[in-house]
Amino acid sequence: MLASTGVFFLPLRWKHLWSLIVALTAVALACIPAAEVFIQGKDFVISGFNVPRNTAPLLFIDGLSAFFILIVSFTWLAGLIYAKGYLKPYFETKTPIQISLHLFSYLWLGFAMIMVAVAQDFLSFLIVWELMTLSSFILVIFDAEERSVLKAGINYLIQMHVGLLFLIAAMLIADTVSSVDEFRELGAYFSVHSNFILFLLFFVGFGIKAGFIPFHSWLPKAHPAAPSHVSGVMSGVMIKMGIYGILRVLLYVENDLVNIGLLILGVSLLSGILGVLQAIVQNDIKKLLAYSSIENIGIIGIGIGLGVIGLATENPVLTLLGFSGALLHTLNHSLFKSMLFFSAGSVYKSTHTRNINQLGGLMKKMPYTGMFFIIGSAAICGLPPLNGFISEYLIYSGMFAGLGNASFYETLILIFSIIGLALIGGLALFAFTKAAGIIFLGEARSEKVHHATESPKSMLWPLFAISFIIFIIGLAPVFFAAPLFSMISQWFNLTNASIVSAPYILNLQDISIVVGIFVLLTILILIWRKMHLKNKPTEKGPTWGCGYTAPTAALQYTSTSYADNIAGLAQPALGLKKELPIIEENDLFPVSATFKTTPHDVIQEKWIDKPTGIIAEWLKKMARMQTGRIEHYILYAFAFMILIFILTYFNLL
Amino acid sequence: MTIVFILASAIVFPGIILRAKSILAGRKGPGMLQPIKDVALLFQKGNVISTTTSVIFKMAPAVGLASVISAILVLPFGPFPALVSFNGDIVFFAYMLGLGKFFLILAALDTGSAFEGMGANREALYSMLTEPAFFILTGTLAMLTGYTSFNEILVGLYNPNNSYILIYSILSVIILAQIMQVENSRLPVDDPKTHLELTMVHEVMILDYSGFDKALIHITSWIKFAMYSTLIFDVLIPVRWSITLQLGLFALVIVLMAVYIGFIESFKARNKIGRNPAFLFTISSLALLAFVVALILTEKMIVL
Repeated sequence: MLASTGVFFLPLRWKHLWSLIVALTAVALACIPAAEVFIQGKDFVISGFNVPRNTAPLLFIDGLSAFFILIVSFTWLAGLIYAKGYLKPYFETKTPIQISLHLFSYLWLGFAMIMVAVAQDFLSFLIVWELMTLSSFILVIFDAEERSVLKAGINYLIQMHVGLLFLIAAMLIADTVSSVDEFRELGAYFSVHSNFILFLLFFVGFGIKAGFIPFHSWLPKAHPAAPSHVSGVMSGVMIKMGIYGILRVLLYVENDLVNIGLLILGVSLLSGILGVLQAIVQNDIKKLLAYSSIENIGIIGIGIGLGVIGLATENPVLTLLGFSGALLHTLNHSLFKSMLFFSAGSVYKSTHTRNINQLGGLMKKMPYTGMFFIIGSAAICGLPPLNGFISEYLIYSGMFAGLGNASFYETLILIFSIIGLALIGGLALFAFTKAAGIIFLGEARSEKVHHATESPKSMLWPLFAISFIIFIIGLAPVFFAAPLFSMISQWFNLTNASIVSAPYILNLQDISIVVGIFVLLTILILIWRKMHLKNKPTEKGPTWGCGYTAPTAALQYTSTSYADNIAGLAQPALGLKKELPIIEENDLFPVSATFKTTPHDVIQEKWIDKPTGIIAEWLKKMARMQTGRIEHYILYAFAFMILIFILTYFNLL
Repeated sequence: MTIVFILASAIVFPGIILRAKSILAGRKGPGMLQPIKDVALLFQKGNVISTTTSVIFKMAPAVGLASVISAILVLPFGPFPALVSFNGDIVFFAYMLGLGKFFLILAALDTGSAFEGMGANREALYSMLTEPAFFILTGTLAMLTGYTSFNEILVGLYNPNNSYILIYSILSVIILAQIMQVENSRLPVDDPKTHLELTMVHEVMILDYSGFDKALIHITSWIKFAMYSTLIFDVLIPVRWSITLQLGLFALVIVLMAVYIGFIESFKARNKIGRNPAFLFTISSLALLAFVVALILTEKMIVL
């Protein structure tokens, strides 16, 4: 870690290489024990502190930590390799110090995320958690010359600290009531006291990081502001640390499981549906991806919620499939979302715009980036033969299997989750056909596209590696799901877990077979097509314009028009505002007109902006007390002491 | 086995629709084999490909056909179980069809035509709105039988203990028939015979296809018809019945479904585009109604 400071002292062109070496060493150091834990199923304890336990941090890697360490390491490294090409134009505009600071914080973000998974006592956990927030804050404000970027960064910083406050409160309660100062001792609190309240505190604290609606408002601001490799890592893995925290606490929760499950499920369904609806109407590509992260966090949450309900109703199938679906989706999302952010970054780098309405036809200029974006889009829609399908399949089959002998209320919960997930799936298809179709296909919609060029190899290699894993998970899911199954049954001491999970392992093999058949069929048909067309005339011509002979690129469907019918249906949830000048009746010759739509995040406005606005009003009034005269402050202190005295006197304190 | 039967019935399905429509309209009309002749003609022609398009445009029809055939792999046919069957293959079925749609939508956007963008956008909306209906339906079937694969659901459905099942299977047939109309872009959601590009949905998406690719798209749509009819047949006819009887009934169901489509198209007008979402919501609410019926039948919900 100390080596990371070396970034500052090296000449500009060696900086990136040095960071890469440091990162590789760190990843090797973290991943070898993590992989060991994963294979052997035994915890890896980091010791060697020659001080008694109550002063040294408690560090160990169990299955959950190992899983997250592996995810973090991969995406972090891929992002760093990608950053080389992405940062190149900045080498001229930024000072070496700024570049160094950026790389340095990037390294520390990775260290912090790995340490979050390793630190098991409250104090060291909070320290590394804060470290993670601070380093990512510095990364977000890389482009701080722009006011909006700085604002988004500060917004992020503040919201993270609100989250931190909830975490500290939760941990203090646990510590003062049952003197618990490690996660694994939380059971001591949970077995005696009511679980729901404390869990709620943890959930809010971690939920702000994870970006569940209604705690999501930092996400769509911070992601577009940050450089693309940073947004890829933040969206791909950093928000997953919130999921990690929720799972970590859930391991020790003992009662109130129904309520907790319902809470998670409800919030997740809300996040899933509203997140993807917002994603559809966005015109900023990175904002679209940020909202889609909220949606995917929702899908992960649905899995977790179902798993908890499965625990509550002693339904091992639901528990197993819910949690494994959630964990696998965590891995999957880290892959395809970082891939989408990286390829979106490449688009931004070569066109200098994030506005989807100005893009189009990039498939011809950047064929590889385009292909990767389309693969990522198909994966995020949960389509076979890619990885997204496997995790959604696990969650779905958990729900369907749970339906068989569920009670009335469980049936209702399950059927509404099924409807919700089906809706999310359909809407995701809508959002990503829009993103991929409008950005990469069709004709260029503005000048900016014409001088776009394919990104350098260093920016394509990470994408290639990620899509390789996406295909592997999609085609051979057993190798990924089976260890998850055994890990989850170990956590929750599921009885006869192997009997429960055995059919699903077989099912995943069946999926490999059918998906394999599908891939083979596609290839066969394409070969047939090629053979068939060999001796047939193939002409090239313009797109059929329905008789109109002078089409321009401006006639094409745009991002806004593609989203229009959803926007109309979901108006109350989206609050889309249209500005269209009214054309006067006697205007015979139309002059140039403009049309502008601005999506509004209704949840954020009603639930966050309004209350904070009211609080700010109150605080402004309170500011009158701040007179600046020393006598007044002494008076306040005196009044406060009298108050304490009175309260103690009447035994109210 | 399923695949053979579906392919066989796919060949006659469009012809029957055509005949039914001509007879109802009192025209002489084209013969049963006209659609096949059309496709054969397309196979002989060369391709005209727009300069705007990319590799996605060329891939989409192949992916579409492959996805429908792969989806059929998990579908049983009466007495013959599916080729591959696993828990939750209903999810696989739905998502495989989704993949075909994903590529077709992208291909439509690939041409850069305003009309095709419009069609793509409508198709995306409609497929999103029908998805819940299908999942509620299969969810209800899973709840009734306790199984989650097509094979087991259909065997479990006609378990002698389920005495009220007829009510439910009739309801599901109604829902499936409507899903079939939407998914195949027929009336009342979409009119394949309309002449105006502005009012098309599916047809406008494939405007730029020609020759081999267009033939593939036509074949895919026939297979889809036959596939949904088979699903309807599976839900309606108990597996226990003798094979000859089932085969006869299968032929009957196929003919009936084709005639039904022809009948609807002869007597009904297409919905206003703006009213289509409402129509699709109705299908989902029907499915939800069927779900409530199933709840009452299984005595999970006690009404008085």
